[in-house]
Amino acid sequence: MDIVVILLTVAGLLFFFATTVGLLRFPDFYSRMHAAGKGDTLSSLLMLLALALYNFHEANLANLLVAIKILLIVVFIFMASPTATHAITDAAFESGVKPWTKEPEEKS
Amino acid sequence: MDSFLIATGVAICLLLLLTLHRTIHGPTAIDRIMAVNVIGTKTTILLVIIGSIYHRVDMFVDIALAYALLNFIVTVAASRYFHHSKNLTSRGYGYRFKGGDD
Repeated sequence: MDIVVILLTVAGLLFFFATTVGLLRFPDFYSRMHAAGKGDTLSSLLMLLALALYNFHEANLANLLVAIKILLIVVFIFMASPTATHAITDAAFESGVKPWTKEPEEKS
Repeated sequence: MDSFLIATGVAICLLLLLTLHRTIHGPTAIDRIMAVNVIGTKTTILLVIIGSIYHRVDMFVDIALAYALLNFIVTVAASRYFHHSKNLTSRGYGYRFKGGDD
């Protein structure tokens, strides 16, 4: 059981490291949002699943309740995080943030 | 197993310090909202990890759930506030009094 917990946590940390690198290194807002929206959600899923497994070490009612509550946080994050990502990206697009292009942009 | 959880929490904190750089030096206000959203989501996980270290998960998991709800509401409200805003880039302290080309 501990092996599975360690594997899930390390995978979550790896995805979060990728999120942070993408957030710092990508050139414009939309690609940074792409890195933050997906990597953040997936690393949250993996680490919370690992913590739910770790807290369900012996089967009784209290541990089952804690594990179900952690899974409730997972379900909520999976609904809320893409919605928040869409809201932020929509606000940026309506405010006229220009996407990054490789060619220099001609004057319009 | 406790030391592994402490190491995970410390690693998340160090990566959050790197994310804080985007919050401080973000070119636009929308970048800051995005980085604050990432920091809030990871704070939810840090709360569950702290509860697992102190063996009081039954209390900390409720706090983490409330924090996740508040984080979502804050992100959506802040992005609605900057909807159709034309001045996303900050111009430094006191820009209102200098007069500009906007």
